[in-house]
Amino acid sequence: MSGPAFKIGLVEDFGREAMAVSESVGRFTFLVRSSLTWMLRAPIEWRQVLIQMMRIGVESLPVTTMTTFFTGMVLALQTGASSKHFFNEPLFVGTVVSFAMVMELAPVMTALVVSGRAGAAIAAELGTMKVTEQIDALYTLGTDPVRYLVIPRVLAFLMVLPLLTVVADFSGTFGGWVVAYIKLGIPSSVYTSDIFDNMEIRHFMHGFLKTFVFAGIISFISCFKGITTTGGAEGVGKSTTAAVVLSMASVLVIDYFVTAILSAVGIT
Amino acid sequence: MIEARGVQKSYPGRPVLRGVDLAVQEGETMAVIGGSGCGKSTFLKCVIGLVRPDSGSITVDGTDITRLTREADVAAYRRRFGYLFQEAALFDSLSVWENVSFGLRYLTSLPPSRFRAIAKDKLALVGLKDVEDLRPSELSGGMKKRVALARAIAAEPSYILYDEPTTGLDPIMSDVINDLILDLQKALNTTAIVVTHDMKSAYKVASRIAMIHEGRVLAADRPEAIKATKDPYVRQFVDGLSQGPIKMKLKEFEPETVEGGAR
Repeated sequence: MSGPAFKIGLVEDFGREAMAVSESVGRFTFLVRSSLTWMLRAPIEWRQVLIQMMRIGVESLPVTTMTTFFTGMVLALQTGASSKHFFNEPLFVGTVVSFAMVMELAPVMTALVVSGRAGAAIAAELGTMKVTEQIDALYTLGTDPVRYLVIPRVLAFLMVLPLLTVVADFSGTFGGWVVAYIKLGIPSSVYTSDIFDNMEIRHFMHGFLKTFVFAGIISFISCFKGITTTGGAEGVGKSTTAAVVLSMASVLVIDYFVTAILSAVGIT
Repeated sequence: MIEARGVQKSYPGRPVLRGVDLAVQEGETMAVIGGSGCGKSTFLKCVIGLVRPDSGSITVDGTDITRLTREADVAAYRRRFGYLFQEAALFDSLSVWENVSFGLRYLTSLPPSRFRAIAKDKLALVGLKDVEDLRPSELSGGMKKRVALARAIAAEPSYILYDEPTTGLDPIMSDVINDLILDLQKALNTTAIVVTHDMKSAYKVASRIAMIHEGRVLAADRPEAIKATKDPYVRQFVDGLSQGPIKMKLKEFEPETVEGGAR
């Protein structure tokens, strides 16, 4: 392909992609709006919410707890090593570990792990339902996929992710204590006073409030990717991958802006 | 009565329905036949409002689905229909009786305490017993179709739409499903559209047969008239011949002739 034709081809490709992206954004916005409308208009399927809470929350608990436990451990190890290097003794290990865990690492890591586990499962399940016409069947049986499938998952995420994060706050801080006490020889009283002398409720709230935003992002993206699946088994695979990648990337990007907003309003 | 006029539907770069005109009278079972990809399943989805036509009208008991914009109106319109999906579309996460009674919660005001008993009755109507607590994954293809049929009739619709009810079943099970369709028509006195490419099934269950080809209705007549038709297109389809006016490519791809050298 020669110069001008190649350029036109590029513009066409770019235009097509831009159209596809804007269409997706539009449909995603419509899904969010439709979910909010259904929440106000129809009774919530609480049985489905409970089932999803079990799947998203209880089944994710071991992996989020273990991940954050080891993150707390490594954080303590690194902090101890660095402060030993500069000050000849491990200082403020409890402060660093607990602040890092509570304000950033526990919310973000829990969100990432849960999006990889539960977000992928949601996209795969709804995607399979879409390609096997089960979503169409919902319409013919008098309900709506947003009401029956999306809202319970979004609500379950909103209820469960903050709780998982609180557990992660403790497990991470506890992981840090294990290393601080056993490896670095820091007495428990020093480690805990490092935490409680400095931490206030607003620090905890900073991380805790973020989790609601993350829960919304992951659940809506996973549901959206699931119910817009096309193309059989291959399509389900693509939707699942896209749901996880998009959720994880969005969590990390939006984390910055949420942090900036929370800091601006003094929750930091 | 279902009346479709000039129904057109295109997917990007591919027209599927090019103006379907078809009327299904009260109490009638209309079989819609046609080759794969001719648009018959799309037409059925247009009738129940799962696919919105680009133009034309589909009127059921005086309500034109193409003019309904509010979700609640569309939902109310759909209440009169039972729909049997091609691959049954049973909910994997629910048991058989929960599948059958699923629509009762949304389509009727019956108390949930009666759902299981109703599901059992509907399952008996399609010839199934003691399967209430099984999961769809534990059922054979024929049983899935029957459960899906029980689910479609659970809320006692006025119209039943069958999307390829016998596809993927062995000949005996296909005939069992045909008998069930006939029995249900008698027992429930419903109006039905059966989309199929199984001619044996069409002849058996239909009071009229309509053939769709290239997005239009080529012929709509009684089964005996369709059997004896002289229309070369319909003739070729009902006789199942590869040679005739309907051209089916032996290969979906043909080597492209490239002008002006290789690309």
